Amino acid sequence: MSTTPADSVRISARAAAGSYLTDGVTLRSWLLTTDHKRIALLYLGSITVFFFIGGVAAALVRLNLVVPQGLLGSAESYNRLFTLHGVIMVWFFLVPAVPVTLGNFLVPLMLGARDLAFPRLNLFTWYLFIAGGAITLWALFVGGIDTGWTFYTPLSTMYSKGHVVMAAVGIFISGFASIATGVNFIVSIHRLRAPGLSWYRMPVFLWSIYSVSVLLVLATPVLAITLLLLAAERLFHIGVFDPAIGGDPLLFQHLFWFYSHPAVYIMILPGFGVVSEIIPTFSSKSLFGYKFIVWASISIAVISFFVWGHHMFVAGTSVYSAVLFSILSYLVAVPSAIKVFNWLGTMHKGFIRFDAPMLYALGFIGLFTIGGLTGLWVAALAADVHLTQTFFVVAHFHYIMVGGMVSAFFGGLHFWWPKITGRMYPEMWARIAALVMFIGFNFTFFPQFILGYLGMPRRSFSYLPEFQVLNVFSSAGASILAAAYLLPLAYLTWSLFHGERAPANPWGATGLEWQTASPPPTVNFVETPVVTCGPYAYPPPETVHQRNV
Amino acid sequence: MSSTVAHGFQYESASYQAQTAIAGMWLFLASEVMFFGPLILTWIFSRHWNPVGFDAGGRETDLSIGTLNTFVIVTSSCLYALGVQFIRQGNVRWMILCCSATLVLGLVFLALKFGVEWPEDIAHHLFPTAAHFKITGSTEGGARLFFIFYFVATALHGVHMVVGIGLLLWLIRRAGRGDFSSGYHTPVIVVGIYWSFVDVVWLTLYPLIYLIGRGP
Repeated sequence: MSTTPADSVRISARAAAGSYLTDGVTLRSWLLTTDHKRIALLYLGSITVFFFIGGVAAALVRLNLVVPQGLLGSAESYNRLFTLHGVIMVWFFLVPAVPVTLGNFLVPLMLGARDLAFPRLNLFTWYLFIAGGAITLWALFVGGIDTGWTFYTPLSTMYSKGHVVMAAVGIFISGFASIATGVNFIVSIHRLRAPGLSWYRMPVFLWSIYSVSVLLVLATPVLAITLLLLAAERLFHIGVFDPAIGGDPLLFQHLFWFYSHPAVYIMILPGFGVVSEIIPTFSSKSLFGYKFIVWASISIAVISFFVWGHHMFVAGTSVYSAVLFSILSYLVAVPSAIKVFNWLGTMHKGFIRFDAPMLYALGFIGLFTIGGLTGLWVAALAADVHLTQTFFVVAHFHYIMVGGMVSAFFGGLHFWWPKITGRMYPEMWARIAALVMFIGFNFTFFPQFILGYLGMPRRSFSYLPEFQVLNVFSSAGASILAAAYLLPLAYLTWSLFHGERAPANPWGATGLEWQTASPPPTVNFVETPVVTCGPYAYPPPETVHQRNV
Repeated sequence: MSSTVAHGFQYESASYQAQTAIAGMWLFLASEVMFFGPLILTWIFSRHWNPVGFDAGGRETDLSIGTLNTFVIVTSSCLYALGVQFIRQGNVRWMILCCSATLVLGLVFLALKFGVEWPEDIAHHLFPTAAHFKITGSTEGGARLFFIFYFVATALHGVHMVVGIGLLLWLIRRAGRGDFSSGYHTPVIVVGIYWSFVDVVWLTLYPLIYLIGRGP
């Protein structure tokens, strides 16, 4: 690195100032920061708020379903609740969660770089995200929307009451935050790798973020134009999805799912990345089949663009296209399965430590596998005709998104918490939370598989009395799950002030981010690191055995 | 490349940072392609099911303004490209002149499009919600659909032009302050890529709007 002497002076002066957390303490130094680590924390705060708003809506949904005739009084408010839950959780938690928090924090650190390629753009995305989120929240609270998060036409354009246009505007704006974040990550990974950090020496987390960024950049604009056409149709009561003038309502579903199926992978791929970092660390072993995992991420990103039709098997599309989409959907299960087997292979004969991040990662593998396999049920044409629009789909989706993605997010948050904050969290509480989360989750969502299989429709305010027992189970589980989510909020906040000081590398992990201090200085690395080996250079298990005997 | 140019502390050199900025713009344009792409695909798809209505709508568009605007916008891109050549040789004065000419042509385009053509279309009862739509009979629905696409696409293209004009103003101001030289002019190149893209979008819209409906 050819830094001028003036640069070196400037950089060592900033490094001497301490960590990025103490480099400026005013509100202004946070709100106008271009430091990727501080922006990550701004995002972490915001998505936590969105997560709990969406969570409260989910709790109310479960509360309503405790009795067959519904507890909340009106079907209309129930519809608004599950729409609020879906919209907030999908666009303001699941899609951004890992990339904008852990991704923002870790991508430059893992690259051995001092910041992302475009730091000011990075800050700008946070303001876009907040603006979009505020507009959407306003729409959801002032008027509410009852269309579900999918905004199907013609319900959303012609019949629905509420602030559909305003919500669409909010999602549209926050979409540009996603696009800019994706551009920033891709360009950074191409241009800012440390000396010696070749592509195949990058940690899998970076590959996952790269794949996700490709999806963000190429899929999000499709949603943007779709929402724009939707908003125009709603405003003018005439539009391209309107069959009265020769438009096609199915066209909306095609466009929407062309974004929203890749979006499912936008939500889960970063989770794969997180788990691929945690498992080698806590197995003290190199990641099994590194290149397979890498290319599985890339192929998931590519294939995800060609499976959208499986959301429309009963919408009246051609049988031939349905068969094709069914086969393509099966195809995407292959790279996903490769990953699961490789994680298991990594643990095989490793020294497994059951620290909290590992518990979350193990939970992830189990729940993601169940979610993935039930995905094959609904991707199968004949089975889907029976299961579509039932709670089976709800359960499947939540196994991937909550069981998979949220577990991975919490795992990653715990794993990198010492790096981010410089503090250790109380390990015992973290393990308890991980276990309670796993139990509460299964309690909540497993009954929904059975309910769906028995034919209970989703998005329905009331249901037949014979479904009540399983619904009460599910709602009881949801209260356990809620407690499990509040636990980390409490002990992680506690650790900020009272936690033990974290060493640079508390887990004995490889990876560039562990080579700098916890928390890192503003410049990340005073000396730019030089990479000489792959990302998971743990000693072979045999030698570790001998050492420990 | 001169080493006096300041660069971000994550970059080795100013030239490396410059190339990175250019890469970022290309990637953003990939995203833009996926923004306009579905719109155009949807247009062609809807046309496929309503060919007669779309033809009837297309024949009502103002071919002369559309063609004139095509000349205006292509010329503006050409002048901009000249400006880039000038700044490469360090000729700031002529670069400012070229950027200003580009800006004026951009404004001409917008004036013709939204000051003349749109009001004319609306006066002729061609706005899709018009109560007494100009085209009646069996082709009315398809023609209304055509004009939805027409207004949405030209509005979106117009928004991109306005953003481009804002960027041009910013460039001219910076160039006037002496920020650019033969050694450093990355923003000029980056904005140029964007402006050319907006130009290409128009070249795609032009046949869809004005030509296809007038075919045999």
